[in-house]
Amino acid sequence: MKTFAIGGVHPQENKFSASSPTEVLPIPAKVFIPLSQSLGVPSKPLVKKGDEVKIGQMIAAGEALISSNLHSPVSGKVEKVDDYIDASGYRRPAIFITVEGEEWMPEIDTSPDFIGEITLEGPAIIQKIKEMGIVGMGGATFPTHVKLMIPPGKKAEYLIINGVECEPYLTSDHRLMLEKPAEIITGIRLLMKALGVEKAIIGIENNKPDAIELLSKTAADYPGIEVVPLKVKYPQGGEKQLIAALTGREVPSGKLPIEVGCVVQNVGTAFAVYEAVQKNKPLIERIVTVTGSNISQPSNFLVRIGTPIITLLEKAGWNPEKAGKIINGGPMMGKALFSPEVPLVKGTSGILVLNRDEAYREKTEPCIRCAKCISVCPMGLQPYLLARVSEIGRFDIAENEYILDCIECGSCQYTCPSARPLLDHIRLGKYKVNQIIRSRKN
Amino acid sequence: MNATILFSVITLVSIGILSAGILYVVAQKFYVAEDPRIEIISEVLPQANCGGCGYAGCKNFAESIVSSGTLEGFNCPVGGAEVMKKIGEIMGLEVKIAEPMIAVVRCNGTHAHAPSKISYQGVDSCLFAHITFSGEGGCPYGCLGLGDCVKSCQFDAIHINPETGLPEVNDKCTACGACVKACPRGIIELRPRGKKDRRIFVSCINKEKGAAAKKNCEVACIGCGKCVQVCPFEAIKLENNLAYIDPQKCKLCRKCVEVCPTNAIHEINFPPRKPAQAEATEAGA
Repeated sequence: MKTFAIGGVHPQENKFSASSPTEVLPIPAKVFIPLSQSLGVPSKPLVKKGDEVKIGQMIAAGEALISSNLHSPVSGKVEKVDDYIDASGYRRPAIFITVEGEEWMPEIDTSPDFIGEITLEGPAIIQKIKEMGIVGMGGATFPTHVKLMIPPGKKAEYLIINGVECEPYLTSDHRLMLEKPAEIITGIRLLMKALGVEKAIIGIENNKPDAIELLSKTAADYPGIEVVPLKVKYPQGGEKQLIAALTGREVPSGKLPIEVGCVVQNVGTAFAVYEAVQKNKPLIERIVTVTGSNISQPSNFLVRIGTPIITLLEKAGWNPEKAGKIINGGPMMGKALFSPEVPLVKGTSGILVLNRDEAYREKTEPCIRCAKCISVCPMGLQPYLLARVSEIGRFDIAENEYILDCIECGSCQYTCPSARPLLDHIRLGKYKVNQIIRSRKN
Repeated sequence: MNATILFSVITLVSIGILSAGILYVVAQKFYVAEDPRIEIISEVLPQANCGGCGYAGCKNFAESIVSSGTLEGFNCPVGGAEVMKKIGEIMGLEVKIAEPMIAVVRCNGTHAHAPSKISYQGVDSCLFAHITFSGEGGCPYGCLGLGDCVKSCQFDAIHINPETGLPEVNDKCTACGACVKACPRGIIELRPRGKKDRRIFVSCINKEKGAAAKKNCEVACIGCGKCVQVCPFEAIKLENNLAYIDPQKCKLCRKCVEVCPTNAIHEINFPPRKPAQAEATEAGA
């Protein structure tokens, strides 16, 4: 069975919520929509205090090259456009909406009917994806339409669909594949048409045999689409690791996947593309896993964007007394939340709540030069060295040692027997090296 | 036996003479004429190589003075007036004595004033904490207390007080400015030491609206503007919900300290007030 060659770790899977079907969460009384929900420039608000909005109405426009549109996930009145406290505790602008009734924009097809027939041409599909504010649903939230615009001189050969979900605990992509296989395959066909590629490969780890079987069966009618089971290994969901596992190609340092003829999209994105193009439905809701030792009923919810995360936690039965850490995402790459009051955004794939006894880091010991971090690094870097040179401020060495190739998967820190905060130092080093490179350009 | 000793001595001595000759010739041929004043100025300088003057060490500072032939814009904050006077004598130039400065920490978000809402477990680096989150107390402008300033100080002049979690500057401070650069939030400022070492400053740099600032820290500047109104010397400016006292205009009358509703304005090294006569105290004492 295929997998990527260099490095990787095997953390405990803990997919507690894999068998809980997706539950639709009721619409909250108030939502707040952060203006920065994708990589790149924050969107410009189009509404002001007192405006009435309908579900699916565009409320902020992504005007810059790398930016995305935002749509109202509820109907109601705009309370204000003001700062909110984001997941890291900083103030960022958001649109606050008080919910009144449930009125959809008339052009959105809210019927449950499946539409498999593709009528639009490639460029029209990309335009639709841009209008509907689709971003990468795997967590990085890169605007999808930008990824689909192939730079001149390059040619896409493969569309790679990421159904790996290698993060422990998370099951939102798994549930989506089980519940909406036909829609995902249609989304993939739309993406293939937009890119003009003949071949699409869906990579799924073999800890999800039900999803592999179901998607293989659904894709059987389309000879260009192939489902490939992969050996379980973290971080297989990383773009470069997935390309290596499925095609054996290596993306050169500092380059994008298109360099080796690949475009990678998440299964969640494929589903969002289906809804956007076939049903005219903007990205206003997503599936989120709520799980962890603190959660009594690990669940998967279909939630409107902008819902405060605390409502999800209450629904899934959390215990605030014992909770030690609330993580946005999985345990490997997720970031701890400053407060549970923050809203759900397009990139939230899961919320992990750990009990106090699990939440704290172990005591840091000196590096014993065991080189385990080097053997697990999926990018072939030397994490101990990068961490050390960043710590002592030798960012020139860090840059020469390819610190910017680090994908921040956390395998080094996970495997370190001395519990050293390797990734903290490397993140600091990346920040500084990026700063230095920017100042050099000016 | 004797011949062996003799032979060795002669060989070594001749190698020595030959090498000395080569060194002499090279030294003459490749002699670099250096202004002797550079060496003399270097000797006067403190040799801390801290970079506080803006040059890459004491030698570079001396070279720059000699090559530019002026003292305009040159100041060694570590050596202060004494050293600059000596350099003036060496150069035969008049020296404008710069006001002695000191580093001032403009945050008072102690554990008591800005209680922690969450706990941080990452590495002890203010910069990393700054790019990761707003701070344990929640203030996005406040001191993170992880000691990047302490690590940058070469003079043992700034330390974190474990009780408050904030850095404190002591008298060893030379105003070299290393901590100012090290702080990712720009909390530390170099301010004049002031008459009799007395200083008044706003100990907060939070630019949020009053309510938001106060939510995280009870001694935050809320931008109410009372101090601006009461100041008889127009020394206080209010910008982006934050008051700033211009040390050049401030006459140390302390009226602003009294009116500040959040105690964000600090006075240092003043004698205790006499409660009844506080109003009558002459300005600029």
